[in-house]
Amino acid sequence: MLRFILRRLLQTIPVLFVVATVTFFMLRVAPGGPFDEEKRIPEEIVRKLEAHYGLDKPLWQQYLIQMKNLLRGDFGPSFKYPKRTVNELIADAFPVSLELGCYALLVALTLGIVAGVIASLRPNTASDYVPMALAMIGICFPTFVTGPLLSNYFGLQLGWFNPGGWFFPEDRVLPALTLGFYYAAYISRLTRGGMLEVLNQDYIRTARAKGASESRVVVRHALKGGLLPVVSFMGPAAAGLLTGSFVVETIFNIPGLGRFFVMSAFNRDYTMVLGTVLFYATLIVLLNLVVDVILVWLNPKLKFE
Amino acid sequence: MNASPSSALLSVSNLRTSFYTRNGVVRAVNGVSFSLGKGETLGIVGESGSGKSVTCYSLMRLIPQPPGKIESGSALFDGIDLLTAPEELLRRIRGKRISMIFQDPMTSLNPYLRIEDQLIEPLLIHERMPRAEAVKRGIRALEEVGVPDAARRIRGYPHEFSGGMRQRVMIAMALITRPELLIADEPTTALDVTVQAQILELVKRLQQELGMAVIWITHDLGVVAGFCQRVLVMYAGRIVESASTERLFARPKHPYTRALQSSIPALQSKGAELYTIPGLPPDLSKPLPGCPFVPRCAFAEEHCKQPVELMEVEPSHHSACLRVQRGEIQL
Repeated sequence: MLRFILRRLLQTIPVLFVVATVTFFMLRVAPGGPFDEEKRIPEEIVRKLEAHYGLDKPLWQQYLIQMKNLLRGDFGPSFKYPKRTVNELIADAFPVSLELGCYALLVALTLGIVAGVIASLRPNTASDYVPMALAMIGICFPTFVTGPLLSNYFGLQLGWFNPGGWFFPEDRVLPALTLGFYYAAYISRLTRGGMLEVLNQDYIRTARAKGASESRVVVRHALKGGLLPVVSFMGPAAAGLLTGSFVVETIFNIPGLGRFFVMSAFNRDYTMVLGTVLFYATLIVLLNLVVDVILVWLNPKLKFE
Repeated sequence: MNASPSSALLSVSNLRTSFYTRNGVVRAVNGVSFSLGKGETLGIVGESGSGKSVTCYSLMRLIPQPPGKIESGSALFDGIDLLTAPEELLRRIRGKRISMIFQDPMTSLNPYLRIEDQLIEPLLIHERMPRAEAVKRGIRALEEVGVPDAARRIRGYPHEFSGGMRQRVMIAMALITRPELLIADEPTTALDVTVQAQILELVKRLQQELGMAVIWITHDLGVVAGFCQRVLVMYAGRIVESASTERLFARPKHPYTRALQSSIPALQSKGAELYTIPGLPPDLSKPLPGCPFVPRCAFAEEHCKQPVELMEVEPSHHSACLRVQRGEIQL
């Protein structure tokens, strides 16, 4: 297993290299630059700024410098937030997104799996249709609809929570629900599908013939196989959740990483874009590795190769 | 029907099971009655779709409902009606007093769980045995069914076992609680011929050691001949003949049974073309008022289309052939 993990980690190096290179050149090809603003900045100042950040050098030199810094784990200074490095900005914002993401993940997994299992137990009855209809609504309603609705109702009208902000523990509730509901909807449908498939297998009949109770059949015999599709989905989904959501962070005014991710692209903040993209890519690669390890652990027929 | 009530372990009467499908109501089991004494071995034979498996799954209430539905009947097991007993009570019988083994050992074991966990589960459920003790019993049970190196292999997963070995595991699992009745649903069909014989011998031996009753479902008359004391022949969801094994083979009393016998290759003279029953079994979603075998029967007459019941035609020998009952034909 250790060899499997090591080999997979080595494989990520070329992946990240390609991601970094493609991102670097795409940014330079994109029109505009980091110092284009509505109010024109005098030529001279722009030239000075470009010299300061090394943007006056030929492209290939910029690329090499950038890559050399990346190898040292240094993403460089942010163009938009002077005097702060990209590393610092990520280090500040990521814990916030991580916390929100963990809560949302908890909501998504709990709600999604419970709803999916309930739906699968009596297919094509009310206890299947109701949760699945809710899930369909959940998938159709984007977070920029549910977020303001929750914020408005529970925040402004009922006054149970602050409509936004990230100061008190209870501020976590509404954004975590907004983000969690959306993923719960997907997870419940995946769970239902996986469970229906497994519950029709012969070995479930064997378990019943042994006198196992319905709960034992579901928990001990069916869940392990039934959750395989959910686990596969969770790799990229968790990466998305943990690095923060631009929409939810904007609605609830949360100082997370998701906003940097989007805003840096608008700002042509070259180093920041590269930093967040690489960070996100690394997280996806790592979480997919975790998912693969879990899949092997769940399914004894698979082996580490 | 012939065992006296005092010695009967299981007594089934007028069992009807249907499946409500898109193409109509399929009457898979249509008025089946039989009884089984303690320690008796009963064979149920018939071709695919004759209702033999559905009969036994109905007894254990393992029919998926819906689409399946047990329409009527009773199945008394030690005074408890299996068809109407509360789920809780039925669960205490399943896997404890009545066990089952299934046709396909490849799919009947859970691929995600160790053999150990599956094998000792009946002990944990029914006897609340401490785990360590149950594992010891499990290893002994595997040794009894001839799994070599049982102490190590019990930690393995089903995919590490061959088909024959998995069926041995299934048998060990079914018998670990020493049940009074074992229902075997074509347990040798999916196995190689040599392995089939081994499994049959194994069940025979264990049946004698434990003194349990066995219902052996099969489409192989040869298996029945070597193992069962009594045989039910099923066709189109009904029992068409029931007799002791010797009588059934020596003097069949239903044209269908005779046709089945004629299609055993080993009983034919060498070089003769293999006999097959012409036609196909009837569509069970259509009503069949008369004898269901009429379209394929070499002896059928116009009056065979009227309703017919299973009747005793000779002592302890029942047939559902009207012409045999009237003495019009000798088979």
